[in-house]
Amino acid sequence: MTEFIFFINQVVISGAVLGCIYALGAVGITLIFGILRFAHFAHSELMTSGAFFAFLLAALFASWGIVTPIPMGFVVLPLAMVLSAIFALGVDKGFYAPLRQRGAKPVILLIASIGVTLMVQGLIRLFFGAGSYSFFENETKDVFRVDTSFLGSTRPLVITEPQLLMIIVTIISVLALHFFLTRSRLGKAMRAMADNADLAQVSGINTALVVRVTWVVAGALACMAGTMLALDVTLKPDLAFNIIIPIFAAAIVGGLGQAYGAIAGGLLIGFAESLAVFNWTMVLRPLNGVLPEALQLPATLALVPTEYKLTVAFVILVVVLLVRPTGIFKGASS
Amino acid sequence: MALIELKHVVAGYGGAPILNGVDMAIEQSDIGVIVGPNGAGKSTTLKAIFGLLKVTGGTIEFDGEDVANSLPDKLVPRGLSFVPQEKNVFTSMSVEENLEMGAFTRRDDFKPTMDWVYAMFPVLAEKRRQPAGELSGGQRQMVAMGRALMSKPRLLMLDEPSAGLSPRYVIEIFETIVRVNKEGVGILMVEQNARQALAFASKGFVLAQGQNRFTGTGAELIADPDVAKSFLGG
Amino acid sequence: MIARSLSLFAGLFALILVIGWLMGVPFTSSRLVEATAYALIALGLNIQWGYGGLFNFGIMGFLMLGGFAVTFISYPINPSFWGSDGPWMLGRAALAFGAGALLVYAARQSHRLGLRGGWKTFTIVLAWSVAYCLYRSQIDPAAAYIESTAGFVGGLGINPVFGWLFGGVLAAGVALIVGKIALGLRTDYLAIATIGISEIIRALIKNMDWLTRGTLTVSPIPWPTPLPQEYQASGADQLSSLILARGGYLALALLVLAAAIWLVSRAYAGPWGRMMRAIRDNHVAASSMGKDVKSRQLEIFVLGSVLMGIGGAMLVSFTQIFDPSSYQPINHTFLIWVMIIVGGAGNNWGAVFGAVLIWLVWVISEPLAKTIFETASYWSTSVGWPEIPDIESRSAQMRVFVLGLVITIALRYAPKGLIPEVVRRDS
Repeated sequence: MTEFIFFINQVVISGAVLGCIYALGAVGITLIFGILRFAHFAHSELMTSGAFFAFLLAALFASWGIVTPIPMGFVVLPLAMVLSAIFALGVDKGFYAPLRQRGAKPVILLIASIGVTLMVQGLIRLFFGAGSYSFFENETKDVFRVDTSFLGSTRPLVITEPQLLMIIVTIISVLALHFFLTRSRLGKAMRAMADNADLAQVSGINTALVVRVTWVVAGALACMAGTMLALDVTLKPDLAFNIIIPIFAAAIVGGLGQAYGAIAGGLLIGFAESLAVFNWTMVLRPLNGVLPEALQLPATLALVPTEYKLTVAFVILVVVLLVRPTGIFKGASS
Repeated sequence: MALIELKHVVAGYGGAPILNGVDMAIEQSDIGVIVGPNGAGKSTTLKAIFGLLKVTGGTIEFDGEDVANSLPDKLVPRGLSFVPQEKNVFTSMSVEENLEMGAFTRRDDFKPTMDWVYAMFPVLAEKRRQPAGELSGGQRQMVAMGRALMSKPRLLMLDEPSAGLSPRYVIEIFETIVRVNKEGVGILMVEQNARQALAFASKGFVLAQGQNRFTGTGAELIADPDVAKSFLGG
Repeated sequence: MIARSLSLFAGLFALILVIGWLMGVPFTSSRLVEATAYALIALGLNIQWGYGGLFNFGIMGFLMLGGFAVTFISYPINPSFWGSDGPWMLGRAALAFGAGALLVYAARQSHRLGLRGGWKTFTIVLAWSVAYCLYRSQIDPAAAYIESTAGFVGGLGINPVFGWLFGGVLAAGVALIVGKIALGLRTDYLAIATIGISEIIRALIKNMDWLTRGTLTVSPIPWPTPLPQEYQASGADQLSSLILARGGYLALALLVLAAAIWLVSRAYAGPWGRMMRAIRDNHVAASSMGKDVKSRQLEIFVLGSVLMGIGGAMLVSFTQIFDPSSYQPINHTFLIWVMIIVGGAGNNWGAVFGAVLIWLVWVISEPLAKTIFETASYWSTSVGWPEIPDIESRSAQMRVFVLGLVITIALRYAPKGLIPEVVRRDS
């Protein structure tokens, strides 16, 4: 039983947290791809800058003496999301829209987004330096330990407050997104434009408005993902840059342009990474009692050594691109 | 004053113009049909009216106002609607959602219009929750038309509505077009099925090499030996 | 057009002279050698993108392969490895690898035994799993053993130029595999796939301590031409020995670059080049004309990678140290892309020009930023404001910002590059 709880701590909780972050980032990527037809590489910078917005707001609130029961990062999140949405709109207006007007190919837009990534990274490092910051300098990070001795386990179920809130917030956001896309006029217009941009225009849909809404949604979700990641680990300038590839992998695995696919892809890759580096020996240890001497389990029995954790996403991506380029939910491909 | 009037319209996709001075006029009571050989500029005329390509000469007057080179999202609220020939439904969205998209520019309650469309196409009412991509060709064409009608247009433009349809659906589509016209919507359509379409056209235009060669009622054009010989084929 | 190219190159030459005067000859000579290597790499990318329209964003991986190749070939032999059981264990691991590969191949041919659909897929997955376990069972103990006894396998002690060639060969081999997998995808997918693959290569090289010493790095790696120390030993003073030695290396590097440019230009001008451009500009039309698009694209991809491998090897030889952690996507992938976008994709001279220009901009932006910050700090303290903290690290970060800015400006104002492709009128 102890082993089972260990498994839940290491794989289920850890995978869920990672999966939520990947999912929120991937939804933004997939929406931008569906509507604007290009791979927005600078999405990681929307996430990192969003986290920095939240950090600054949290520090500001703390300096005003405001104290809240839940971590300040979550309290300021809605405000930070607004700032990120405005930032995303600004980036599009300044860098991508001019190129789109001149009929630039998707590849050129990808390169432009790389330029944006570098500039934003440079600016963040310029203002904040290359070190790390913590959301929890002035408040404690609550850790919940659920005693599971009634189940026969010697280990408690461990989950931190940010992690728990993260999962709840993600669920709420996914539901909100679902209602937006299926019940609201603008949400349906977004789906229409992703489905058939020319027909959407012919139907009289204001395509410029839909593009703006897309950036607002993508920017807000990216801010959420980045802030949650920073709350779970620490805030550094290359916070999200390291995970941009798993996020793209999640979007592609789920089918580019399919919002639900992106969520599924994010969770899949989050769990896959946690599962891949999980040390099975800890769980299978009781078996050592029944196995003969020669077949004793080694000290660490993991599918993939821990150093290769991020590589798991790349491998999944390559395999999916080979086997089913349209992804789980059949999005766009070649 | 005609509902829509084209005067010496010159338009193209960038290089050499495809329309070289097209003149035509339609009333709200008309069913206008454009026929002619391939490459004559039939579809191009509709696209030029709807702002989908650049008009470099002449005027397109809708209600007396020049709307040349306006974008669709400005034209639809004025009362123009367009059904493209291909990819004319949102395949991943349900029939009802397709219709809702047609009403995007409307601010008022469009349920009565939706009921009217369902009354006109009963089979769509049955399949309202199905994704449009799962329907047959003829049913898709109905969804496409329904979508265009949701904005309560005064002029409905259709690009080869009978293309690729089985004969039974061709008749049904043409009958629907006549019915829609009787309910007060002007029609301007391009057709390959020239004879069949001209049979109920109140105004026919024969386009060749980017210009309007013959104008008359449908019946007149069918009866005209020059037209029949050169342009109507079989 | 020619006049413009010549004046641009003249300007570049003037820039080199200015930098030489401002920063000193030793600094400038090193930068020029590096610029030559980058020019070769940019040429490789130009072949892939400018000629083939292929979007390779995994350049870093190929550079690492080249670096590893030259390290393995030219680093002195490690007697404690060859004297131990290490080679024998590696041999067994190689056998296991081969057996695993055979197993997977057999599984993919299992349809000949009548296995179809779901059963065949199951067999293939099973074969992969067994092959993986088999290989891991041999390589893990081998790796642990080598790391504990000999440290790492060491090198072969052969002349570095062969290391450069091996870099090209290794890059070609990997490019062949990657190309077969990824070239069918649309351009932005290919970009992401190549990024992923280059990250996989980086993880492997960084962590295979038994082969590459990983983060412990390998040095010193020998030069193909005489080192400064050798000149000093025969009586030259420090400055002249540096200049002579680096000049020698530069001469060799320029020779390699010139040979590459000549070969590529010849190919471009001939029928092969015309076919390539036809495929790039409209591969749907080209394939309907019967041209084997996939094979041609694979050729281009491999050819470009060869140049990248050689360039990567040249860089590592020059710095004499192979450090897997020093490879960053910004420096080793994006920088090259900026080089050909700004220089002119589709034009060899544009690629070379872009490489030298961007490399110089990249290396002087840090000292330049530092000077600007220090001057600003001086002015701010003299009016009573605090001085700017962390000038060192902030100056280093400015390079990244400048690079992004250069990309943005280039895309807006010179989308075809400063020395763009010459559109030939094919008769």
